[in-house]
Amino acid sequence: MIGVILIGFAAGMLAGLLGIGGGALFVPALALIVGLSQVDAQATSLLAIVPVALVGAWRQHRYGNVRLGDGMRIGLFAIPAALLGVVVVNAIPERITELLFAALLIYIAWTLARGALQELRGGDGRTLHHDDDDDTTRPA
Amino acid sequence: MPRSRLLQLGAVGAAAGLFSGLFGVGGGVVVVPLLILWFGYGEREATGTSFVAILVAAVFAVTLQAIYGNVHVADGLLIGVPAVGGVLAGTALQQRLPGAIIRLLFSVLLLVTAVLLVVRA
Repeated sequence: MIGVILIGFAAGMLAGLLGIGGGALFVPALALIVGLSQVDAQATSLLAIVPVALVGAWRQHRYGNVRLGDGMRIGLFAIPAALLGVVVVNAIPERITELLFAALLIYIAWTLARGALQELRGGDGRTLHHDDDDDTTRPA
Repeated sequence: MPRSRLLQLGAVGAAAGLFSGLFGVGGGVVVVPLLILWFGYGEREATGTSFVAILVAAVFAVTLQAIYGNVHVADGLLIGVPAVGGVLAGTALQQRLPGAIIRLLFSVLLLVTAVLLVVRA
């Protein structure tokens, strides 16, 4: 029980730092420690995500970091797409799509990290298509 | 709002929903980097706005799951209540971090997610 509480706090902390729901930690904790089935763990994780997202949105709104209209539109479009995803996952070879998605995530991670590292070194580094060859093409 | 922007937001939502339905990853993993890289959001704005999207989708999904009788309320509170404490601490800490650090932490999250997807077979 203490383990579940600690994982809950850690998941919330990660959620607050990164703008995610925390399900990545909720689901394994509920399945492996509490002993819920995979489906029940995912369903119960959603229940925990609701107050996390609510309080996270409220705090970030107070800090001036929420664009409410954009967020609501994204959330509304996500609902039918998630239902479609559930249908599709039952109809296609999952392993291939998993590997493709993993490759996509690694590419996005690299793009984010590269920009961040440039910014930390003093450049702008924000845009997706910034010029990597800046140093080599600049006249000496 | 211009129609093209609405379509872009719709595409972000559709991608987040589709991938969470397909792979069980959270929507925030998809929404946050797209808002930063495609819409030019600052890191804090991307994470704050992501919460709104997650909230809208999660309220719908948990209602559906509750109708199916899959939700264990007491267990959800046991892990969710301390998580609310965590999110208060996390959002407060985030305000003190440089945006580039938030982005680096997020790229680590994406790498870990990718590795877990590959090895869980």
